[in-house]
Amino acid sequence: MHRRGVGAGAIAKKKLAEVRGAGTPLGECFWSMSKQLDMFKTNLEEFASKHKQEIRKNPEFRVQFQDMCATIGVDPLASGKGFWSEMLGVGDFYYELGVQIIEVCLALKHRNGGLITLEELHQQVLKGRGKFAQDVSQDDLLRAIKKLKVLGNGFGIIPVGGTYLIQSVPAELNMDHTVVLQLAETKGYVTVSEIRSSLKWETERAKQVLEHLLKEGMAWLDTQAAGEPQYWLPALFTELYSQEITPEEAKEAIP
Amino acid sequence: MDRFAWTSGLLELGETLVVQQRGVRLCDGEEKGKFDSGVLLLSTHRLIWRDQKNHECCIAIPLSQIVFIEEQAGGIGKSAKIVVHLHPASSNKEPGPFQSSKYSYIKLSFKEHGQIEFYRRLSEEITQRRWENMPTGQTIQVNKDPRAGRIRAVGIVGIERKLEEKRKETDKNISEAFEDLSKLMEKAKEMVELSKSIANKIKEKQGDITEDETIRFKSYLLSMGIANPVTRETYGSGTHYHMQLAKQLAGILQTPLEERGGIMSLTEVYCLVNRARGLELLSPEDLVNACKMLESLKLPLRLRIFDSGVMVIELQSHNEEEMVASALETVSEKGSLTADEFAKLVGMSVLLAKERLLLAEKMGHLCRDDSVEGLRFYPNLFLTQS
Repeated sequence: MHRRGVGAGAIAKKKLAEVRGAGTPLGECFWSMSKQLDMFKTNLEEFASKHKQEIRKNPEFRVQFQDMCATIGVDPLASGKGFWSEMLGVGDFYYELGVQIIEVCLALKHRNGGLITLEELHQQVLKGRGKFAQDVSQDDLLRAIKKLKVLGNGFGIIPVGGTYLIQSVPAELNMDHTVVLQLAETKGYVTVSEIRSSLKWETERAKQVLEHLLKEGMAWLDTQAAGEPQYWLPALFTELYSQEITPEEAKEAIP
Repeated sequence: MDRFAWTSGLLELGETLVVQQRGVRLCDGEEKGKFDSGVLLLSTHRLIWRDQKNHECCIAIPLSQIVFIEEQAGGIGKSAKIVVHLHPASSNKEPGPFQSSKYSYIKLSFKEHGQIEFYRRLSEEITQRRWENMPTGQTIQVNKDPRAGRIRAVGIVGIERKLEEKRKETDKNISEAFEDLSKLMEKAKEMVELSKSIANKIKEKQGDITEDETIRFKSYLLSMGIANPVTRETYGSGTHYHMQLAKQLAGILQTPLEERGGIMSLTEVYCLVNRARGLELLSPEDLVNACKMLESLKLPLRLRIFDSGVMVIELQSHNEEEMVASALETVSEKGSLTADEFAKLVGMSVLLAKERLLLAEKMGHLCRDDSVEGLRFYPNLFLTQS
């Protein structure tokens, strides 16, 4: 196609070609795209009428669906106005989950500094959703969280020991911090000596990382521990104990 | 239920907690019984149930007692359940709540959900049989011969056959769904390829594409969920949909913003808007794309991105720099403040309080004292007293 048609005649011809959508390769493409889109919409409607329930009820199927979409370069959760969301109803499910995740993280932030295990988040979200809501899997939570990242609030997913820590505050956590979190995962706390022996770091480096976590409220310092001070991670507390204490019991327990 | 034994609920050495779930009822076969509300814990070795109302009441069963498990979907007024088929109790079992039972299975009823994860983890543990590698302090009778167990448990064969049939039926449904899904994905893939070739053509013909065509293309991408392969264009980001959305947001957010001092974080906006909608919710990306258009559409709100990456919506009339002046006053009055303290005083979220203090620092009005005890801001005396 010519760059800029010189003269009124050329311009008019160009306009006509655009309107007709033929003769210009790009115009043809758009026409073709429009037709294909309509056809795809029909196919998706058919699929939805047969399998919409399956997606709603079967978390493994949801995972398969999401993975296949990712493989071909499609994001079914990108927009609430997308076909996938509108016809399969996947959108509302995940976007609502996003709201619930934000609310749980906000409610617990004062206690864990904005770090929470996927397990605890899962439990709290289920509690909040109530008895009549649809069940959600941990995979569902992770997908919802990945979408929340775009809101700029510092949502992040940190792998630790077979599970994940979810970050919900814009605190900078680099590789050093992550590695120390992973080290702390087994016992819920970590000491400077442990970091030195396991990671072969200098004391200074270990201290910097621990102080950063303290500052962000993600770690608490126990100076009364036997031996050296212990840095505890409240995010990991519930992992360790099989006994669940209600807030009332906790209040009574404190003298 | 006669396979259960009383326990303290504390984990043994070598035993690890895998998952736990509240609101679970234990049924002896088909009978409901008294164990109606408890926390169910799965460890590498045992299934433990603790009464939520009476923490002293805690019972457990070794995982080795389990023959197999099956899921029962919930329905209206019915919770989802996991049926656990068991070997007969061993003769040297510790004392428990039931001396005998006419059932060889129990049902776990998930009144507060969580059955999906629990089933998955329980299946894993039964398959992996980690308790065999990690002997614990307590003597738990380990049933090492599953075959012997099967022969003893009469009636299990019939159940297994039914299970097999049900599995085949479910498999058939699933495989049909997967087949249809695969076919659908093939078509979606073609759409992606087509959009790439269009994007290439657009790049080549920079300037010769009309605004209308650009918007149409973007809306195709939006419908399919394909990321926009063409980099930022002169006609602005977003589609008609996002433009409409931006105008809607301006209407919805005016009052909430005024109530919150003229500024809200994007996560707050996301929750507010979606809670109000109830249905046809916005995706996070929808919200961001709409907000990016606020300024160009000359709406009374704007999107602002702080250095930290935190994104907020402000009223056009809101001037964060002016707010900094009053922040400085507040900090001066108190001598020094952390973001938490400032937030409480002013009645803002901690997130936005921190951003304001950081901005004040950037503008030179405040100094920081960064220590283990937290980040504290002081008036910048270097500036005022020199």
